[in-house]
Amino acid sequence: MTTRTIQGQKNLQKINQASKDGIGGSPLRPDGTLKVKGEFAYSSDLWHEDMLWGTALRSPHPRANILSVDVSEALAVPGVYAVLTHEDVPGEKYYGLEIADQPALAIDKVRYHGEAIALVAADHPETARRAVKKIKVEYEVLTPITTEEQCLDPETHGYVHEPHEYRSHAYGNVCHEQRLVSGLGVTDEVRALADVVVSGEYEVGMQDQAFLGPESGLAVPAEDGGVDLYVATQWLHVDRQQMAPVLDLPLEKVRLTLAGVGGAFGGREDLSMQIHACLLALRTGKPVKIVYARDESFFGHVHRHPARMRYEHGATRDGKLVFADCRIVLDGGAYASASPAVVGNAASLGHGPYVIPNVRMHAIALYSNNPSCGAMRGFGAVQAAFGYESQMDRLAEALGMDPVELRQLNAVTQGDRMPTGQEIDAPAPVAELLQRVKDMPLPPPLDLEHLDVRTLPGALSNTSHGEGIVRGVGYSVGIKNVGFSEGFDDYSTARVRLEVIGGEPVAMVHTAMAEVGQGGVTVHAQIARTELGVEQVTIHPANTEVGSAGSTSASRQTYMTGGAVKLAAEAVRHELLERGRHRYGWTQDDLALVGGKVVSASAGVLIPIVDLLGEDAVEQTREHHHRPTVPFDKETGQGFGHVQYTFCANRAVVDVDVELGLVKVVELTAVQDVGKALNPLSVVGQIQGGCTQALGLAVMEEIVVEDGKVRNASFTDYLIPTILDTPPIPVQILELPDPHAPYGLRGVGEAPTVSATPSIVAAIRQATGKALNRIPVRPEHLTDTL
Amino acid sequence: MEFLRPATWDEALAAKAEHPTALPISGGTDVMVEMNFDVHRPSAILDLNRITELTEWSSDGDVVRLGAAVPYARIIEELSGPLPGLALAAHTVGSPQIRNRGSVGGNLGAASPAGDSHPALLAAGRGVSVEAHSVRGVRLVPIDEFYVGVKRNSLEPDELIGAVRIPVADGPQQFSKIGTRNAMVIAVCAFGFALHPKDGTVGTGIGSAAPTPRRAVEAEEYLRGVLAERGLWESGELLGPEVVQRFGELVKAAASPIDDVRGTADYRRHALAVMARRTLTWCWNDYRKQIRSAA
Ligand SMILES: Cc1cc2nc3c(=O)[nH]c(=O)nc-3n(C[C@H](O)[C@H](O)[C@H](O)COP(=O)(O)OP(=O)(O)OC[C@H]3O[C@@H](n4cnc5c(N)ncnc54)[C@H](O)[C@@H]3O)c2cc1C
Repeated sequence: MTTRTIQGQKNLQKINQASKDGIGGSPLRPDGTLKVKGEFAYSSDLWHEDMLWGTALRSPHPRANILSVDVSEALAVPGVYAVLTHEDVPGEKYYGLEIADQPALAIDKVRYHGEAIALVAADHPETARRAVKKIKVEYEVLTPITTEEQCLDPETHGYVHEPHEYRSHAYGNVCHEQRLVSGLGVTDEVRALADVVVSGEYEVGMQDQAFLGPESGLAVPAEDGGVDLYVATQWLHVDRQQMAPVLDLPLEKVRLTLAGVGGAFGGREDLSMQIHACLLALRTGKPVKIVYARDESFFGHVHRHPARMRYEHGATRDGKLVFADCRIVLDGGAYASASPAVVGNAASLGHGPYVIPNVRMHAIALYSNNPSCGAMRGFGAVQAAFGYESQMDRLAEALGMDPVELRQLNAVTQGDRMPTGQEIDAPAPVAELLQRVKDMPLPPPLDLEHLDVRTLPGALSNTSHGEGIVRGVGYSVGIKNVGFSEGFDDYSTARVRLEVIGGEPVAMVHTAMAEVGQGGVTVHAQIARTELGVEQVTIHPANTEVGSAGSTSASRQTYMTGGAVKLAAEAVRHELLERGRHRYGWTQDDLALVGGKVVSASAGVLIPIVDLLGEDAVEQTREHHHRPTVPFDKETGQGFGHVQYTFCANRAVVDVDVELGLVKVVELTAVQDVGKALNPLSVVGQIQGGCTQALGLAVMEEIVVEDGKVRNASFTDYLIPTILDTPPIPVQILELPDPHAPYGLRGVGEAPTVSATPSIVAAIRQATGKALNRIPVRPEHLTDTL
Repeated sequence: MEFLRPATWDEALAAKAEHPTALPISGGTDVMVEMNFDVHRPSAILDLNRITELTEWSSDGDVVRLGAAVPYARIIEELSGPLPGLALAAHTVGSPQIRNRGSVGGNLGAASPAGDSHPALLAAGRGVSVEAHSVRGVRLVPIDEFYVGVKRNSLEPDELIGAVRIPVADGPQQFSKIGTRNAMVIAVCAFGFALHPKDGTVGTGIGSAAPTPRRAVEAEEYLRGVLAERGLWESGELLGPEVVQRFGELVKAAASPIDDVRGTADYRRHALAVMARRTLTWCWNDYRKQIRSAA
């Protein structure tokens, strides 16, 4: 560790909790007030004396050969310390989350609009930006490969990566694929068993995580030749694993500390500026800070995979599903990122939470010259849910059935098997969630007598005083996996230490968990309080001095790292009680730590923890592994692939100005089973946030890409919901414990993002009578003016 | 980059004469965004924030003289009576933060076809004019002549906007704007409408549907004719669906929109017709109420 001062870390250093709230309580987040008051130090606030500013030259072309790069003029700019290209990368030239197919800096060709080609470090950000403009690149511009048809016909349109460069099972611009067949599959005989068949083609646009804190961090070269990086990320250890080979350093010389994260949603699972800042720091021997500008941020992280999906469902006359036939094509863009996992989710969850005796599925991710796509909240499951839930509504209509009843009739429940063959061995209250969401009271009808334009579509834009407004209601339910799947052991590590500080027992929890806003730091303190009977808990800054905590994604952190904290705290408790038994000869087997004391149910208070500890500290480190899973069979998709399932049901009520095609979501209700709400307030916050992000995908959020070029890399034109777009979101929480999970809990963050979008689209369909096969729904779709 | 901070209006005009390429900054809600995006790298910035008279307005009962830097928030609060169309437009601008800083002077300086003041100013009557000040004196530019191209206005390099003169409303005015979300959105298209019973005219303004903000001249003429010929100003009778429909069609025909990331040309035309019909109907209903209660 460097001994020089690092500013901007203050909020991460010490988070003392003096509350009695253990699990099940709702203590407030330690970072909440700071964030609301604008005092929280984000990674973009990091500062170091003598630091330089790094920035990148990015490609204006989605596909081009680089004929030459001339950095001489840039190097000559006063204040510039280094200009680097791929030739300056000391180690491995390629990295990647799952497949190392992405060059740290472009080598001879660029594959997407915004790909980094060269780096500059200068003593002022403006100097760095000016120098970047002086780098001369000669391009041979090529026609980008951007559509499904072009990608799948490489002989005509070319390859994004030459086949001999493939580092995985890729073939012909297909980065990854997964097939699945269950029951009899889908054959003519199976089709004949259905009385009613509905089919549809659906499209999902490219959503962005749109976190507000841009990619940023500070790399500090160390005396041992290594580097210390302070960065906003989702998974410190996997960053390091990808960085070290490129920097040509052993793992232990690449040390990461989490800096203040301004949102993530999957967009920080891949590397952005990490390698670049370290390359510049190691080259110049000076600390280097990189902060992306907003447009660079849109180019600098992966997005949600756009999807084209074809679904066919057959059912009997009384509504029982007979078969489902699905093809899901995901555009992975230039580099693999998380595409294989996204395909795995789409294939294994793409039929929804329904019992379907016969299934055929084919999911693929393409390589293209569009922006790279990877992790985003609910990945793979979000796209598919729009397909299968649209189909459920279509089927209900074809059958003349109530759409909720149709869903309930086919809903999975505990003991059923997924099309992967995996038995659902925990509560799966899908029908109940639907019933509850349906039974919640509806909002009052629009009151035309006492109009408040803010409540109408268009709001203060003053487009309607009641004209053209039609109300619609829609329902949906969704399924998501929790944790990493398909045989991945994404374990978490926690170190818990108990000692006396200032006359009080204080627990310190040290993990490498990235707090990205999910509230993990709050929950860790709650767990320590409950397990150790103390009030004061300090959360150590997250860094690579402790073992991996896995990623803050896949709804997994409370389950996995929370579980590790529980194990480590239990081990500390065990050691402490053993010490007492040894020292004082306690024979009771009903000992517990409560209220700062060792207590026995039969013998009462035995001793204050402070006295038992004395000068000593008790420290334990534990790894938490979830139960093992296996990869899905490549051809049949069969296998015990997922750790846990999670479900959410929604009802959306919308008002649509059918003449202008403007939408106001009036209310978005959610009912979710969370197993156990460790912090009910946080759980509600996660569900409301997830619903809001789903609303964005339903009606506004899309990165517009034309011929491989991003057209709206700014918050001027990439629209996310404002408070006037965000309706009241009543939430009901069910707590049916999962016997396999710590405290019986279920991952919470993603399920509502999966399920809420289709309910909104269903409501708009009901109001307008339009088919709406594409999201986000635009005013043009509703007014036939596309 | 030079940073000029004149304390008085005369100093500002002198500075602008001396540094004609200096970029004025008022609320900064356009300037700072463009600098951030690297659109501008001005040699000098001319900060107008010390000049208090730019944040003042006055009225003689017929015309409001609106200082260039009066923020939208104050227009909403203080001028909804005399300038109802502009106040409605101000309400649709950005967020509370932007409305606290942004100004009509800045909107005119930027001259974006998507600026929300413009349709309201165009509709507010022929008398609307921009005071272009320089060391050479004051030039009154009629609003129709102010917008000359995409993000271009008719200011000379040594001129600054001192104020805008806007006739006090003599009839109902409305403003509608389309955005793909319900707040904080740049107009996909917008429409301003005003009835001017005193001289028997009507005003229109189209935003975001042509290279510059523009009036729907034929629509205005058509409606003026109908109102006069049928004696509707006096009778306050209903206009009838054909008139409303025809007016909408003429507004639509006056636009020449493009397809872009914010919306298609077809949608813009369609939405303009709808907004034209609705705003006309609202204004006419209000006018009818007024003359009935006066009767
Ligand atoms: C988040 C956000 C949302 C926005 N939403 C909207 C919206 O909904 N509708 C809308 O119309 N606009 C919107 N804008 C744009 C902007 O707020 C408006 O155009 C506003 O009117 C600009 O006023 P200002 O005082 O901030 O101008 P400034 O940024 O200070 O200046 C704008 C331009 O005018 C020039 N200028 C300023 N004062 C003078 C003067 N006295 N004489 C000559 N030239 C001058 C400047 O040089 C510059 O070219 C938004 C901006 C942001 C950042």
